Amino acid sequence: MTISPDTVIYWYLGPFPVNATLVFTWVVMGVLVLLSWLVTRKISSEVSISRWQNFLEITVSAIQTQIREVSNQEARHYIPFIGTLFLFILTANVFSVVPGFFPPTGSFSTTVALAICVFIAVPLYGVSSKGWKGYLGAYVKPTWIMLPFNIIGELSRTLALAVRLYGNMMSGTVIVAILLGITPLFFPVVMHLLGLLTGVIQAYIFSILAMVYIASASKSARHNHQSTNA
Amino acid sequence: MDMVTIVAVSSIVVSGLTLAIGSIGPALGEARAVAQAISAIAQQPDEANTITRTLFVGLAMIESTAIYCFVIAMILLFANPFWNYAINHAGM
Repeated sequence: MTISPDTVIYWYLGPFPVNATLVFTWVVMGVLVLLSWLVTRKISSEVSISRWQNFLEITVSAIQTQIREVSNQEARHYIPFIGTLFLFILTANVFSVVPGFFPPTGSFSTTVALAICVFIAVPLYGVSSKGWKGYLGAYVKPTWIMLPFNIIGELSRTLALAVRLYGNMMSGTVIVAILLGITPLFFPVVMHLLGLLTGVIQAYIFSILAMVYIASASKSARHNHQSTNA
Repeated sequence: MDMVTIVAVSSIVVSGLTLAIGSIGPALGEARAVAQAISAIAQQPDEANTITRTLFVGLAMIESTAIYCFVIAMILLFANPFWNYAINHAGM
């Protein structure tokens, strides 16, 4: 039983080991890029569109609607970042039903990298919408005493984001591996189905939480939403 | 008991206890959250979308405490940092 795909090493690229996490991250990236390139190659604005274009349009507009509902802002600035996070995690999690595929989100390095992306994106979006003064001022918002707690909260929620995704995906793999040893025929299939559901929900949660963090750091979210902090 | 046995026994017992105790709180919390959300949906079916979204985000946050316990248990069982130390110590 492998607890992390980091330990499965396929070959060495110079001094760097190429492990299963890297390979399957590339697989997911390749699938996403190839699919969107193939579909958008002959895109049309006619009344009748191809099935795949319809599929992509539904996906993008669904992400747009979710972003707009969560942040109460125009989705255009956020959809490149949030949409990429969602599609990458979703594809990685859903592909875990393919035999022999280690989901790259089941590796702590991948989830930490994604969480660090969110950690960097929050001040970027915050500064670009409120300016340095407004963004940094939010750290001392009620009083000066809250400054260390706000900083700790910023760090701990990044850690929580990474551990949540990693734990959910890793637990799915581990439980299936354990059940294969006890009841090989039926229950692993059921747990795999449950793992699919968990994977989709976790992809949704990760991107929604990233959106909530970014929205609470940028300006107009505060008018109609209470700023959410976890 | 030598040191390796102590580390092994305490890791196994504590990882079991971690999962057992650590899943009680999140289970109670998630049950309350789902019950409240269902009664809210029953009262206001129009707001089902918002309630469901907030419920899922909240459930994920509650569940992450259980996930922390699970990760700790897995680290204790499969990637115990004290294990190598104990083995080296006993080998000398």
